[in-house]
Amino acid sequence: MNRFLFPLGVFALLAVVLYVGVKNSPNRETMTSVLIGRPAPQFTLPDLTTPGASVSSATFRGKPYVFNVWATWCPSCRVEHQTLLELSKQQEVPIVGLNWRDEDDLAHEWLARLGNPYAAIAVDKPGRTAIDYGVTGAPETFLVDANGIVQYRLAGAMTHEIWQREFVPRLAGKATVAK
Amino acid sequence: MKRVIFLAMFALLTSIPAFAIDTTRFEDPALQERYSKLTHELRCMQCLNTSIADSQVDLAADLRREVHDLLVQGKTDDDIRQFMVARYGEFILFRPLANARNMWLWLAPSAFLIIGVLVAVRVIRQRAKLVTQDDEPVEEEAGR
Repeated sequence: MNRFLFPLGVFALLAVVLYVGVKNSPNRETMTSVLIGRPAPQFTLPDLTTPGASVSSATFRGKPYVFNVWATWCPSCRVEHQTLLELSKQQEVPIVGLNWRDEDDLAHEWLARLGNPYAAIAVDKPGRTAIDYGVTGAPETFLVDANGIVQYRLAGAMTHEIWQREFVPRLAGKATVAK
Repeated sequence: MKRVIFLAMFALLTSIPAFAIDTTRFEDPALQERYSKLTHELRCMQCLNTSIADSQVDLAADLRREVHDLLVQGKTDDDIRQFMVARYGEFILFRPLANARNMWLWLAPSAFLIIGVLVAVRVIRQRAKLVTQDDEPVEEEAGR
């Protein structure tokens, strides 16, 4: 009997280690951004809607805003576009767009056809600002508070349900990030 | 005929990495070496289990360009790793950092080796005891 106890112990230990490992698997880690609780990276980029003008992150300081990374080549951006339009009509918080690795002509056409939910759109062709934000794919949506601190990052399409569950409470200041 | 088709398909299948050749070149061979090392130890965040050196995804190309630019600016390998970790988290590194939180990860192989040696020693000792105990009956049996 005793001789089975040791292998059984090893098995139990291994099972616990693997269970904990799967629970904290890298796929879960990719969902949370290291930026949360830190200042939103600064940028000054060309303005998509006004030729020659630029969009700067400093413009939006002092009030919370939503930072949405999108592109015309991104199917999920098409999916969330209607939701963003509806959210922009509620005028709770401005949505700042980052047009990531896209073509201006296609982006203009997209906005003309589907409507423009954005307070301003910065153009990031080389993808440098996207790297500063740790963007791994489009769409991604960040919630930046009045102090310029990133409170939340959503990877994937925005829905009304996610907005109500994750963004509204943070905007109301009920759930601030402790880090 | 079947074999030709099979071979053609196999050739096509294995030709994919040929398109992934990274044409980034440095004047300084030392920089080239560091570039190659770094791009192989950074994870492509879109495809997860390939390095940015082996990935054809646009984001991986952007990150390779970033590594290139930082190297040219004279940044150290650790600076570049820190740059990536500050944006994408430690997950971007294939080689985990040797810090307190990852200690168990680095020490586990040695710990398992020590456990293995201890178990082996115990088993060998017990077997050795068994042989001396078994001596007489074996002889008895042989004498029969």
